[in-house]
Amino acid sequence: MQSVSAATQDSSKKRRVGHFTAPFDARFPFTNQTRNCYQNYLDYYRCLKIMKEKGKDVQKCEWYHKVFKSLCPTSWINQWDEQRKQGIFPGKI
Amino acid sequence: MPYATQLSLQEATGPAMEEVVFLHDHVLLLTFLMSLVILLFATTAITATVTHNDPTEEVEQLEAAWTAAPIMILILTALPSVRSLYLMEEVFDPYVTIKATGHQWYWNYEYTDGTNVSFDSYMIQTQDLPNSAPRLLEVDHRMVMPANLQTRIVVTAEDVLHSWAIPSLGIKVDAVPGRLNQLPLATSRTGVFFGQCSEICGANHSFMPIVVEAVPLNYFEQWLTTEQ
Ligand SMILES: [Cu+2]
Repeated sequence: MQSVSAATQDSSKKRRVGHFTAPFDARFPFTNQTRNCYQNYLDYYRCLKIMKEKGKDVQKCEWYHKVFKSLCPTSWINQWDEQRKQGIFPGKI
Repeated sequence: MPYATQLSLQEATGPAMEEVVFLHDHVLLLTFLMSLVILLFATTAITATVTHNDPTEEVEQLEAAWTAAPIMILILTALPSVRSLYLMEEVFDPYVTIKATGHQWYWNYEYTDGTNVSFDSYMIQTQDLPNSAPRLLEVDHRMVMPANLQTRIVVTAEDVLHSWAIPSLGIKVDAVPGRLNQLPLATSRTGVFFGQCSEICGANHSFMPIVVEAVPLNYFEQWLTTEQ
């Protein structure tokens, strides 16, 4: 598969500084990425909570935010945000 | 894109479709070989004169052969098939992630890698069609992607099942509510590629086409900033 590897090399070469998209994640190697999106959403708000408790820099959590922003449909994020606001979000944050 | 009196697959415009064409040709070749051998046997059996008729005769070698031959044929079909399958679904190092969401009856596209671009893509009705645009295939807002780069397409649906498909790019992903399906999307040249919703989704299932416009990277970046 020359063409795929060529395309892959191309993308790392041309990648702009500051341009980001969720990279390959060994935990979610298959077509189904539902869990990848959800896990990163959870991890972001868990990270925020823990960092705030410890009084540490929340900047470290940005990674999770970028990843779930890349993968999750905006409607899902809005729905979960709304659920967290009302305290009915099913995940453990 | 498809044309009238077309017999075979659409021309490949990306690595995934090249795999499909390769597999198609490979299996077709095997089929021709098998047909030829069977035709040969059949002709011999029909035209031969029976010289001896002993049902107790040992035919172990023949039995071994007609067991081994189908096994070989199956292996020769399965191996390239599995190879193509895995090459076509692996997302290696995408440049950008594009989300396609199926609705009754239009597609919505989102670009949220540091940008906030989201738009709906409706079919253009026949009476509003610009010159030379294909009927029932052109949309009012095409999905733009960079050519010659790997892109990740994440497909889902908001109401019922849909399917996001572009034949010339060799891609067809089920759009399932509550589930995200990703596949790599790559073109080997710039161009406009057409597809249709490929899962029965209701009254206007035939009228929610997919149009992908592959452009050079700098044009893509420009387009993204103007869309915002
Ligand atoms: Cu549909």
